[in-house]
Amino acid sequence: MQNHHEPVVPAGTALSDEDVAREAAALEEVWHGRSGFWGWLTSVDHKSIGKRYIVTAFAMFLAGGILAAMMRTQLMRPENTLLGPDRYNQIFTTHGTTMMFLFAVPIMTAMGTYFVPLMVGARSIAFPRANAFGYWTYFVGVVFLYVSLIANTGPDTGWFAYVPLSGPQYAPGHRVDVWAQVVTFTEIAALVAAVNIIVTTFKMRSPGMSLNRLPLFVWAQLVVSFMIVFAMPAVATGSTLMLAEDRAVNTHWFNPAEGGDALLWQHVFWFFGHPEVYIIFLPALGFITPIVETFARRKVFGYTALVMSNITTAFFAFGLWVHHMFATPIPELGQSLFTAASMLIAIPTGIQIFCWLATLWAGRPEFRVPLLFVLGFIFTFVNGGITGVMLASVAFDKQAHDTFFVVAHLHYVLIGGGVMPLFGAFYFWFPKITGRMLDETLGKVNFWLFLIGVNVAFFPMHVLGLEGMPRRVYTYLSSTGWGPLNLVSTIGAYVIALSVVVFLVNVIKSWIGGEAAGHNPWNSSGLEWATSSPPPPYNFVHVPVTTSRHPLWDTDVHLPVMTGLRSDRREVLITTTFDARPDHRHEDPEPSIWPLYLALCMGLTFIGSIFSPYLVLVGLGASLPGLLAWAWQSLNSHRGPDRVAAPDVLAETT
Amino acid sequence: MPTTYRHRGAISLALFTAASLAACEREARRLNQQPPPGPPVTFVSQSPLQPGPTVVTDTAEGEFDDNAYNTSEGQTLYSQMNCSGCHSNGGGNMGPALMDDEWLYGSKPNQIFASIAEGRANGMPSWKYRLTNKQIWQLVAYVRSLSGLTPKGARPARSDHMMVSSPPNQTPNAKPRNSGLPGASQRP
Amino acid sequence: MHSAFDPASPQAHLIASLWWWMLGVGGTIWIIVIATMFYVSFTKHRHREPDDPQHVSEATHRRMERAVIAAGLVTVLVLTVFLGFDYSVGHALAQHPQRALTINVTGHQWWWEAEYEDPDPSKRITTANEIHVPVGQPVQFKLRAADVIHSFWVPNLNGKRDLIPGYVSSQWFRADTAGVYRGQCAEFCGLQHAKMALYIVAEPPAKFAAWMAAAAQSPPPPADSARLYGQRVFLSSGCAVCHTIGGTQAQAFVGPPLTHLKSRATIAAGTLTNTRANLMGWITNPQAIKPGVRMPAYPLTPLQLEALVDYLETLK
Repeated sequence: MQNHHEPVVPAGTALSDEDVAREAAALEEVWHGRSGFWGWLTSVDHKSIGKRYIVTAFAMFLAGGILAAMMRTQLMRPENTLLGPDRYNQIFTTHGTTMMFLFAVPIMTAMGTYFVPLMVGARSIAFPRANAFGYWTYFVGVVFLYVSLIANTGPDTGWFAYVPLSGPQYAPGHRVDVWAQVVTFTEIAALVAAVNIIVTTFKMRSPGMSLNRLPLFVWAQLVVSFMIVFAMPAVATGSTLMLAEDRAVNTHWFNPAEGGDALLWQHVFWFFGHPEVYIIFLPALGFITPIVETFARRKVFGYTALVMSNITTAFFAFGLWVHHMFATPIPELGQSLFTAASMLIAIPTGIQIFCWLATLWAGRPEFRVPLLFVLGFIFTFVNGGITGVMLASVAFDKQAHDTFFVVAHLHYVLIGGGVMPLFGAFYFWFPKITGRMLDETLGKVNFWLFLIGVNVAFFPMHVLGLEGMPRRVYTYLSSTGWGPLNLVSTIGAYVIALSVVVFLVNVIKSWIGGEAAGHNPWNSSGLEWATSSPPPPYNFVHVPVTTSRHPLWDTDVHLPVMTGLRSDRREVLITTTFDARPDHRHEDPEPSIWPLYLALCMGLTFIGSIFSPYLVLVGLGASLPGLLAWAWQSLNSHRGPDRVAAPDVLAETT
Repeated sequence: MPTTYRHRGAISLALFTAASLAACEREARRLNQQPPPGPPVTFVSQSPLQPGPTVVTDTAEGEFDDNAYNTSEGQTLYSQMNCSGCHSNGGGNMGPALMDDEWLYGSKPNQIFASIAEGRANGMPSWKYRLTNKQIWQLVAYVRSLSGLTPKGARPARSDHMMVSSPPNQTPNAKPRNSGLPGASQRP
Repeated sequence: MHSAFDPASPQAHLIASLWWWMLGVGGTIWIIVIATMFYVSFTKHRHREPDDPQHVSEATHRRMERAVIAAGLVTVLVLTVFLGFDYSVGHALAQHPQRALTINVTGHQWWWEAEYEDPDPSKRITTANEIHVPVGQPVQFKLRAADVIHSFWVPNLNGKRDLIPGYVSSQWFRADTAGVYRGQCAEFCGLQHAKMALYIVAEPPAKFAAWMAAAAQSPPPPADSARLYGQRVFLSSGCAVCHTIGGTQAQAFVGPPLTHLKSRATIAAGTLTNTRANLMGWITNPQAIKPGVRMPAYPLTPLQLEALVDYLETLK
């Protein structure tokens, strides 16, 4: 085994095409999943899971968008009668819950699930069956929420579900219990994905990919995964534990008459809720660096500053939550600390934007669709960031809190800072996932409609909010004068819908018969572009060796690789945490039905808890065989880690 | 289109159809209902037998038993109309207990409606000119939930006041029994 | 106009001036960033290296470094200035007056109850949804919630404050211009959150004192038999079970007090103007106007309804 950092590439050693083809065929046999519907259900391939995760999360974007279109149509005119208050309340709650819990976080973790192993040069993700379990749990949450909405049991107290309105007295029935359990499912799925990404990033990198060579996409996912680990348990405690308990078994967490506190909910929720928006935002920043680098054809300026900004943002994000509570009777001194923190967090984000602008300046930008979306991000997000700094001020927030000004701000930052980079990422990585290019012209139409639609829809809301229009209102009187701007906003919403239709048309057309993409159509620098499009189940025929931050740009002709991993079983390489020296081999699990089974049992347990404690016992009891079978599968196949002696025959290949 | 997507599409469609057909009665909130035309109906029939021509009666019998929203409105009315002044929070004091299985004048919805609307001996006031029929039916559903006669899913949970009794959703399902003479309530 | 852009009190003025400064500086920053974005994207200048990601000259790198650091420092500076400005405004707003008229506001689903504090119990006034205040004198509000969280917000006069069960929060302002200022509940509180408005009527101190004196009086008994019949309808049917009319046996506090109903400009928490037709429509079927509100559609005959509204119109 080599003892130095840099793997040595013996001169003149190369793998012939026949060697590579033979290796590929052997790997294909070992790594390909079962076929058909059963194969799809039992798949543990992180790319297969990642793809369906992305598709499901995008379907949630569409569902949430349809709900938004309904809301905007209702608010188009004063005293409109399209939706009554009860339906409207369910719709805006489901819109928020869908977008925040079922679309925004899952799609970011889905992109991580698909791409992080490829970008770090691994054959697979760290815990493939847990990954599948996370997806199926999320899917149970999706189905549960929408079946409930259609059955008139959709939650109706807002995505933030403030008590006492969502408490046992004022929210009769099980609508809020549905919300609490949807949060449970999505939070379990997010935690599973986060743990997977952390372990993959730390322990399964390509040899030579020390932490200071980690791609910025992976840094963002890593930082966000830690944020998920610290933030999600707060909302789980709040909703799954405290709120569900208050409602089902009559505890008094939030009952002031018995010593509880209604403000406690707000603290627990927003302690999660503020990091949540950075959990959505930071991965999007991770998309931007590779796109800017590729299309400016320049290495990004300020790698270290970008990494440190990500980490700093993540830390600060946990110290901002009270800015959602400035209108509550919290003492002035306490509130002012959060003002300072909320303004401070603009600095690392600003630095990231300055670094990208510097990169563009030093490069020769090529305005393909992904870069257009990055420019759209800057245009939109900076606006939202500035209104965010305004809202950080307690005095001003006391006018703007809970009005349409905040609706404008949050959509500018989430759409500008999250969805625009996401669309850019779709256009950029679609060729890698599907092997086909998206149409460039349709992409440009998509981009312009989206940019215009977002600004027309949300800009007037700033004015509406300061003119007195509060949030979460199903209608308003015509004497308020809010009608005209609401109409403009609704038109913008329809333009956004049109742009998404254009995107869907583009995706469907391209998926079926788009231009074939090679393995690196953009001539980009990450390791994911070193394999075919779409990647084979085993990702790389030979595990690549990394010698710089931009592997595909810095190697002369051929990418150095490492040979020696077995191709008669599913074997992955585990490396050390900081310097990525090969450490040992590990056998990956075969496809398995137990993740799906356990997700269904979890579903039964948590959904059952709404109705009866016996169902909880049934669900837990049913999980037991699943857990045993899962462990049995591991015991049977795993023959213990082999300290690496072999895989050090380093060679060159294409 | 790959088989898997078709399968998933079919499953989703089936689920959604089932859900919309089984739209949940427990959660229904029919808010903007027009009041019935004509003079108010205060007569709720206690038996299918009627002498003479058929008299129109309020047919909302039992309608709110499995509806959580209206049972909760009944809980609100119970506190606003000061029912606890005589009945406490269901344990009874000057008035009989409402959360036990003993019913002086019957536990069926139309019987409780009559008790509330007409009033009863020994101090139960008559509410029929004070509350609308819908409000009385909401109270009926709440009173029945206090003694465990309505489906558990629709019963209210604890209120945001001091906890003075077991909330209705934790009351075991009870089998009502008619205790007969008014004098029975005088026993300690 | 019901707007934060139209301040009528020193408190709202402070916030508005903070807003305009932030808009000016923030807007300028946005313009600069976007202009920079266009510049870096489109300008052709000779500093760009040949198409080789490896080579950025030392000089170019140093220029980029200096630019980014400078931009970072400017950001910190601007934020620090904003922070200072915000702290000073926040501190000024938090200085509650030592002596002020105190009004206890309780938020209900979906109306506002206002009780004017006074050491003399006979001078304590309880009213609903329309709150009179004197011009030029500070008014302090003690805010409580009867059921769920609401938020007291009159944008022309000051920022908002949440009403949270279990807490007593406070807000204050000094209206400097006479006028009628609309506010609306600003925390989602259920089915009719959208129609829970309130009005602050700021009037010169003399007029305010006259209003207070009239409000403390009970209305005179009905003068003629039609209105007497109307009062009987009120007392004998469901109205008296929930509403108060001073000087009568109707002393319930479930719904808003109606003692001086006709002195208010609007009914149903600011939803309808207080006209005879609207009043009749509201009483006939409140659910059609505010679905989910707790006032039922009480079945009255047309004769009873006419008489009732005749009587209510005497409650000035």
